[in-house]
Amino acid sequence: MKVLDSAVPVACWSCSIGHNDSTLFCPNCSKIQPPPGGDYYSVFTLQPKLDLDLTALEQEFHRLSRKLHPDRFARALDNEKQWSLADTALLNDAYRTLKDPLRRTQYLLKLEGLELGDEHSGKDRKDPSRVPADLLEEVFDLNMQLEEMRMARRSGEEDPALQAGLSEAKARFAGMMQAVDSDLRAEWKIWDAGDATARQDAQKRMVALLDRRRYLSNLVRDVTETLGA
Amino acid sequence: MAEGRVVGIDLGTTNSLVAYMEGDAPVVIPGVDGSHLVPSVVALDPIPAGGGRPTVTVGNSARKALIQTPERVVYSVKRLMGRGLEEIQSELKLFPFRLADDVEEGEVPRIQLGELKFTPPEISAYILRQLKRNAERFFGAPVTQAVITVPAYFNDAQRQATRDAGRMAGLDVLRLVNEPTAAALAYGLDRAKVGTIAVYDFGGGTFDISILKLRDGIFEVQSTNGDTHLGGDDIDNLLSAIALDEIYAEHGVDLRSHPGAVQAVRKAAIEAKIKLSTEQTAHFDLELPNGDRYQREIPRAVFELLIEPVLERTAGPCKQAIKDAGLTPEQIDEVVLVGGSTRIPAVRQLLDDLFHLAARGKKPHTELNPDEVVALGAAVQADILAGSSKSTEEMLLLDVTPLSLGIEALGGTVARIIQRNSTIPASATEHFTTGVDGQTNVAIHVVQGERELAADCRSLARFDLKSIPPMSAGLPRIEVKFLIDADGILKVSAREQRSGQAAKIEVKPTYGLTDEQVESMILDSFDHAEDDFAKRLLIEARNEAETILSAVERAPGSPAWKQLTAEEQASIEMARNHLNAVKQGEDSSLIRNATLVLDQATRRFAELMMEAAVSTAIRGKTMDAAGEEMGDTVTAPHAMAPAEFK
Repeated sequence: MKVLDSAVPVACWSCSIGHNDSTLFCPNCSKIQPPPGGDYYSVFTLQPKLDLDLTALEQEFHRLSRKLHPDRFARALDNEKQWSLADTALLNDAYRTLKDPLRRTQYLLKLEGLELGDEHSGKDRKDPSRVPADLLEEVFDLNMQLEEMRMARRSGEEDPALQAGLSEAKARFAGMMQAVDSDLRAEWKIWDAGDATARQDAQKRMVALLDRRRYLSNLVRDVTETLGA
Repeated sequence: MAEGRVVGIDLGTTNSLVAYMEGDAPVVIPGVDGSHLVPSVVALDPIPAGGGRPTVTVGNSARKALIQTPERVVYSVKRLMGRGLEEIQSELKLFPFRLADDVEEGEVPRIQLGELKFTPPEISAYILRQLKRNAERFFGAPVTQAVITVPAYFNDAQRQATRDAGRMAGLDVLRLVNEPTAAALAYGLDRAKVGTIAVYDFGGGTFDISILKLRDGIFEVQSTNGDTHLGGDDIDNLLSAIALDEIYAEHGVDLRSHPGAVQAVRKAAIEAKIKLSTEQTAHFDLELPNGDRYQREIPRAVFELLIEPVLERTAGPCKQAIKDAGLTPEQIDEVVLVGGSTRIPAVRQLLDDLFHLAARGKKPHTELNPDEVVALGAAVQADILAGSSKSTEEMLLLDVTPLSLGIEALGGTVARIIQRNSTIPASATEHFTTGVDGQTNVAIHVVQGERELAADCRSLARFDLKSIPPMSAGLPRIEVKFLIDADGILKVSAREQRSGQAAKIEVKPTYGLTDEQVESMILDSFDHAEDDFAKRLLIEARNEAETILSAVERAPGSPAWKQLTAEEQASIEMARNHLNAVKQGEDSSLIRNATLVLDQATRRFAELMMEAAVSTAIRGKTMDAAGEEMGDTVTAPHAMAPAEFK
């Protein structure tokens, strides 16, 4: 069983009445509280899930923004100002993560304790051991073409056939990314509805899909850069 | 509320304005001359005949000095805000900024104005102070709180420099607002707007594009892009350069080394540019020093051809902003024009191409005065912050950070921790550790920008995490929290998680003034420095007088007093009466002299007290008790060691 609340009552700084610490406002006196300890879902009082109603999420984001934003506390006490800043940063970080399908999936998998590739560095771009097995041949061909293209560029030549080939490859890989995205969405539904075992299996598949997607997206970027150079 | 009004300020490259919310409509506050625009020009008057500090003038009067005494005038200083020496080299070629010759690498550049040197925030502070005075004159009451606008694409250092300028001008800057966003507030104020708009803000020195979603009073910025060194100035420079070249080629007169003449040519170029927004042709007609006339006709078509490369530089940022917002040009309902340069017809043509307006039966939105709309929007934001009015209580602005924030990783690459176009406030938490056993410091280099290598991004600051408890390499776990606040300015805090100790952070901004430097540049204290100093001296002198007087009052009760001769006692009394008489006066040096005289008169008495205290101690009492017995009868006069007065 999952215990959502830390069940440690915290006294409100303003009215001193205890409340559980996952709240942004004191239930008693409505004063703003320091950032609560919970995850991004709890900011929106949501249970962790992958298939989200984005319109409802946006409405809740706007409703909370109106109450929490530093603009509402420009002439408040110093501590209220600070908490408004910290709470709004948390709200914005949570919204940014949850509204984006990929970030949301990555976030949930991390919450579940899974290790994911490093998304903010391009360091595994060239690592051949990470090439998905079914793409090995195609990636090998692509890298040859890219190299040819760069050499042609350096010597100032234009090779329309090569260029067309690369554009075609780019479209193919982009199509594969779309396939990955729709596979991911299917896994969301399984995860959201499933029991612990079904979730475990879906998680493993999602980690693999994310790896594949990151790899494809790097390939598309490489091709775009080479074509645009 | 007890607080006064909050004003909105547009601190522009060419012109600055101050506005406030009158009822439910924002209004620009006029200056003494009745004009809404205060030219962002600062001049240093000649040193007064009797010596002393020369007066600083701002606005139209300063602009008049531009041609007569160009070496005492500065304009477009916004281009230098928050920038380092090597960054401004290109500006120095185009603008008559005279850098002080003792500026060193890594320092905030100082501009030589006549005999004096000023940092860019100080120059801006003079402009802000003028606006503050205009508002105070208008309200008949002090104004201390303001919202100041900045280009959306301003980086951390440029924002910080603007905040510094506000502080120097005696303003509590409640918020920095991005200029295009402010314009959107003014645009969306009077109607329940729903939809997606693009604000194209092409001003005197900066260009911004912002895309916003408007719904139920929430103005949510989706993306922003721009160029902080692109504006009408560039067009003026281009036209002036052509004219100067032609004058040299055709008349053999080289005006380029005569700042006053260059300014005269520039003035003619600006006039021609403005005329070409409404007329098909404009004329240059200048009398040259050799009596020749430089006459030139510029048809609009030629002008448009000349400025095309400048306008084209705004296209890339527009495309990127549309892409970053995840939109297509067709999804943008309206394009709002802001900034004087949007009066140029060719700009409107460019926008039509970029946003496919004509094809959709649309035109750019030009109902708002492009010179005033940013200030008006700043006034709306000021009203939102003051929280006092019905008309804005439902409005809320959600802005974004224009540039990605990153940390320099191994090999000089950048690890992005906050992506550009993230809604602010935004935060990121990163963990760092040590690489060597017992290491107690970790250095972090924070950069802003979109490039892959740290060297290609804008260096923001270097942080030194200090006093990490010595542990084996890799064991410390230092959590660093980066937070971009609602002004778009970075704040950092750190904690070593294993020891729970807050790591000490020493932030060294790559460019920018320290708190102490800003403090020393506050204009009012500068103006009143002489007064304040005199007051401080007087207070100190009186305090010293009181200390010695209270000690002397108690003297007759001590055994040592009886060891003094009648003559010595009389001279102490005389000195005491004298000090009592002068201490209420306003002359600190008189009080100090009288204090000195009394101090010397009591010297033998003090020595006797000391001897008594020492012999008491020898007789077996503790030194502490002796000290107590001595009381301040002895220590007080001698706390004011006479040496200090010599």
